[in-house]
Amino acid sequence: MERGKRIVWIVRDYLKCSGCRRCEVACSLSHEGWIWPEASRIKVFMLVPGVEIPHLCAQCHDYPCVESCPVGALSVDDATGAVLVDRDKCTGCGVCIHKCPGNIPFLHPKDGKATICDLCGGEPQCAKVCQEAKFNALWTVREEKVGWGSINRKLFARPPEELTEDVAVNLYGERSEEMI
Amino acid sequence: MPRGYAGKFLEVDLSSGSIKDTVFSDEILKNYVGGRGLASKILWDRLGQRWETVDPLGPENIFLALTGPLTGINPGARMCISGKSPQCNGIIGSTLSGEFPVDLKCAGYDGVIVTGKAEKPVYILVTDDHAEIRSADHVWGKEAIETIRILVKETRDLLSERKPNVGKIKEPSMIYCGPAGESRVRTAAVLQKISHAAGYGGYGAVMGSKNLKAIVAKGTKPLPSAANPETVKILLREIDRRLIERDRMRRWGTGYGGYEVGARQSSEPIRNWQEEWHNEERFGGPKFDLRYWVKRYWGDFNCSVCCMKISVIKAGPYKGAITDDPDYEMQAYLGPNLGIFDPDKCIYLSALMDYLGLSGINGGNTLAFAAELYERGILTKEDLGFELKWGDVEAFEKLARKIVKREGICDILAEGTYRAALKISEMKGVDATKYAVHVKGVEVGAHGTRSGLDYNPIGYACSAQCGDHTSGVYDAYNDMGMVFHDSAVICSFCSHELIWDLYRAVTGWETTQDEWNRVLGRRIIQIQRAALLLGGPDIFWDPTLHDDNPPRFYEPLPSGPFKGKTTDRKTFEEMRKQYYKAIGWDEKGIPETEELRKLGLEDVDKALEKLRK
Repeated sequence: MERGKRIVWIVRDYLKCSGCRRCEVACSLSHEGWIWPEASRIKVFMLVPGVEIPHLCAQCHDYPCVESCPVGALSVDDATGAVLVDRDKCTGCGVCIHKCPGNIPFLHPKDGKATICDLCGGEPQCAKVCQEAKFNALWTVREEKVGWGSINRKLFARPPEELTEDVAVNLYGERSEEMI
Repeated sequence: MPRGYAGKFLEVDLSSGSIKDTVFSDEILKNYVGGRGLASKILWDRLGQRWETVDPLGPENIFLALTGPLTGINPGARMCISGKSPQCNGIIGSTLSGEFPVDLKCAGYDGVIVTGKAEKPVYILVTDDHAEIRSADHVWGKEAIETIRILVKETRDLLSERKPNVGKIKEPSMIYCGPAGESRVRTAAVLQKISHAAGYGGYGAVMGSKNLKAIVAKGTKPLPSAANPETVKILLREIDRRLIERDRMRRWGTGYGGYEVGARQSSEPIRNWQEEWHNEERFGGPKFDLRYWVKRYWGDFNCSVCCMKISVIKAGPYKGAITDDPDYEMQAYLGPNLGIFDPDKCIYLSALMDYLGLSGINGGNTLAFAAELYERGILTKEDLGFELKWGDVEAFEKLARKIVKREGICDILAEGTYRAALKISEMKGVDATKYAVHVKGVEVGAHGTRSGLDYNPIGYACSAQCGDHTSGVYDAYNDMGMVFHDSAVICSFCSHELIWDLYRAVTGWETTQDEWNRVLGRRIIQIQRAALLLGGPDIFWDPTLHDDNPPRFYEPLPSGPFKGKTTDRKTFEEMRKQYYKAIGWDEKGIPETEELRKLGLEDVDKALEKLRK
């Protein structure tokens, strides 16, 4: 992992998320061939009305999911920094979900295998449709894989409940206390 | 099974607790599609022969929450709520946006049909090909935000327990009624999220009458497949491109209308429609936008328009209020129509309507009606227990809360504007109906006819949906488009020129727009019309009297650039005559035998015989 090497990262601005879930539509169209919100690698949680949290892999610098997989089904895409799942090897044990600080991976509703954002090979469709619609909740950047700022990525790997709490306070102020 | 459909409907009888799947033939789906169309078919087939005797708030009524084949596919997922309406005693297709219909379809259901009445408050939980009735004792009486908080947590925890190892489960979505629905207020809405309401029709009261607090759903399957998925994908790219060009709608939604419609068109209700013009710039769009909007694009599943905005009041006496824009209808009805020209007050009352589960249009209309009666001395401080003056937010809040609790004279106001007008007229020995701004029991939307720049003279008067501003009629052909929107089911703000291409690509049917306008849509309208004219059991409509505008719409506008202008009665009558002819109704407004037979509605024709005498 040489310094200066860049990876693909999806910036997420929760406050700007319209809750349209077109990212879920684009993701599932791209990966599943049809609209399938529950199979989308990006999931918009709305645990509190109006507080929409696009939840997707944060590509932690130390990849605890990859480290924890008991059968070695997870690996890091050298070109993009995405976590790749070898679906033949994956047993659907769920360890990666629990080791992820944000519990972001999920078991696919069809085959029960771990499912994680693969950055569409470097051109994430979710960010593309968000940009096209000018919502700016998601956009793609190229970031240093290690080095300056890289540890910040992991800070976005948080459970949706925690992110919701922060964003709710930001949007609704005091009122958020009774909504969470 | 046709494409675009999950293939079955969930039918729940709350009296017996039985749950089953109901399937409609391809022929029925092709003809009636879903939403409003299918609702009309279901209601007519099951209740048509005894329509006049069915109490909309009795266990014999049917509560319908139906999707359509385009739900979730066309931008902005929407569904249609229906049943026998406690407002007009006919059939209203009342639509609302949100993720609930998407969850429902992904769970394998195209809709929910609820009959009977539960002994105690319940909610229905829908999961993949499964449903259960659960106690709602703990959320009965709760306002919107509290209801959502409790039910989201409870159902999410439950689903997580059932599937402990699949990862974080997304919140189930729901439709619910507020305290207003529970106490069967006839202006009660069915809601999703916050401020997403199916207001017209009064179906929140139907939920309440069945002791049904909510229907909650989480589906994990894909949306039902399309006949030509590749065509659908290409169309969706182009549809998105076109919708994203709608700059004005995207940037402002209708949230600038509260100033604009009054100032430019003189068609905004002010002080119970006594005026329709104002030039209060302090009520202008930027005042809402800059001070209160915390999200400038807020949308529902797959929406590329996102015309909604989230308003939050963070300082001042109304701190804590959360609602959407408010959109134009709420701005008008909880603003100028109550003599309010301050955005924070309007937001506060709009939010209150959501919390209580009142329809902002219908319930808001009743608040203004009461205030005018107070102004005229027909209702007094003794009647109400407090003063009710234009612009007094605290008084209107008190009034709304008392209506929801049905306290004292507010029990009468809880019956909606027209029914309240009838009772108050009787009580007070005056004619209060001339201040009731409704069409056949449905309080009208916030668009007037007097200036001639907004709605046409017969739009409400001849509509099967009565006062519904989203379904006005004009030529008995092009106006069938709205019937399609409510049946397919799509949001009117996300409609576009490619909608029929999309419909054909999704369903695989060859239905054309012309066929819809001439036959299919028209058939739905005739069923709705028949139900409306059969009416009952408490109120019946005579088209020669009630296919008309509210009396106020014939008073000259008292102010503004269109001062003195009003709806011309002669023009109105001529247009009504032409419309009757175009839609196949006789001079009394009753659908003609020949017309009904042509559409294969012999049973409707038979049921209408008694009205033709």
